[in-house]
Amino acid sequence: MYVAVKGGERAIDAAHAWLAEERRGDTSVAELSVAQIREQLALAVNRVMAEGSLYDADLAALAIKQSRGDLIEAIFLIRAYRTTLPRLGVSLPLETAEMAVSRRISATFKDLPGGQILGPTFDYTHRLLDFKLAAEGEVAAAPTAPASLEPVPHVTGMLGRDGLIQSEAYGNDTPSDLTREPMELPASRPLRLQAITRGDEGFILSMAYSTQRGYGRTHAFVGELRIGAVAVEMEIPELGFSVEIGEVELTECETVNQFKGSKTEPPQFTRGYGLVFGQTERKAIAMSLVDRALRWKELGEDFTGAPAQDEEFVLMHSDNIQATGFLEHIKLPHYVDFQAELEMIRKLRREAMAHKEAAE
Amino acid sequence: MPSAQTEPNPRKLWMGLLARCAPARLAALMPDLPPHDLLRGPEIGAVMVQGRVGGTGQPFNLGEMTVTRCSVRLGDAVGHAHVQGRDRAHAIRAAVMDALMQTEQAASFEATVLAPLKAEESAARALRAAKAAATKVEFFTLVRGEDK
Repeated sequence: MYVAVKGGERAIDAAHAWLAEERRGDTSVAELSVAQIREQLALAVNRVMAEGSLYDADLAALAIKQSRGDLIEAIFLIRAYRTTLPRLGVSLPLETAEMAVSRRISATFKDLPGGQILGPTFDYTHRLLDFKLAAEGEVAAAPTAPASLEPVPHVTGMLGRDGLIQSEAYGNDTPSDLTREPMELPASRPLRLQAITRGDEGFILSMAYSTQRGYGRTHAFVGELRIGAVAVEMEIPELGFSVEIGEVELTECETVNQFKGSKTEPPQFTRGYGLVFGQTERKAIAMSLVDRALRWKELGEDFTGAPAQDEEFVLMHSDNIQATGFLEHIKLPHYVDFQAELEMIRKLRREAMAHKEAAE
Repeated sequence: MPSAQTEPNPRKLWMGLLARCAPARLAALMPDLPPHDLLRGPEIGAVMVQGRVGGTGQPFNLGEMTVTRCSVRLGDAVGHAHVQGRDRAHAIRAAVMDALMQTEQAASFEATVLAPLKAEESAARALRAAKAAATKVEFFTLVRGEDK
């Protein structure tokens, strides 16, 4: 059967023209610049960079402007753009211990070397709307204090010295890359971390929350949460040595989890790990909880059937671009499929009616 | 594990500085470029950034960042650049600067371009660290009566 598939062009053009007008909004209100979005909606920009899996604040800000603030649409734009870029290389693994921290807190140790540094946080604010922001005004400079530029040690490193926490096996294996080859299950922990760090913040948050409520409980403490700048270094073949090619802001979370020991491991603390582009602390904490929940097999724990322990459930549903692509495609024309369904229902009804009449 | 501290390679240091600096600032410090030939690029691409499991374990792919690379010839010197972002002029300037630093004019460009960039970067980092230090929690303990 043939159906009309042409004829929507004029309507589509008009729809997109109206979209452009709506995007601009009331023209008596000043237009937003990309730089304003980058500077003043920085956490939205950070989320788009993290889930778009491309660190470029200007591009993320442009995507937010183009998408009218729909962050999943913005992430979609960034994912599409990144596929057009040639891969120039792979960095050396980041040295997060060398991070220039703007925030660094621990929920497990009060007095730790380097101290508790709150940074520019929403914590301890009253969550009351600040109507002063509705009016324009100058912002006072933040206070300063004498500082050391020395890096601060990782909390897990301190626990590791006494053997109280499981150590991470150091290595330099080439990790699988889900942007290059389809994800295969069971996934290695490096592959899982790649999927989770670019996964949807809401989904990862809910998975993490479910473990706290008892679905795959892992008894997590935030051993350390740090936000700051880390240098990115890459080997340059024509030079024969590595150089810094830039600097990225990251959020890193390490959880310390209760562990009573198993058949193979002595009682010790275990770890969950979160590392996310930008200042994205809710995501990084959630990532570390989900990472820990997915490690049940490696640590010899029981599978309780909790969604957060189920690798396939978590990894195959965490990507909001895959999810929204499949979800939203059902709004597009399915006329032929539906026509077939309609024919079938009519036929079944005719048969059922005929059966009923014959019985009467 | 952090790699063992080795002799700082001056070229490595200036290339890093040129990669991290703001494109507009570099352009202001070296508005005119000497004659040079483009050997490669400038080309915009992506570099996959890796982290380590638990900060210290096996590498994993964290995500990509935009990078622009460029190679130039300037007389006998060949200059290379890999700079963060998508600014072609930034990559060309950084590559030309890398080449200039291999010539007899190195000292002069060190003073007029690299030194100001370095000073400004250090000042920005120090300010950020100072703001962070002001948010450091200073715990104090109340003396309890029964301890007397």
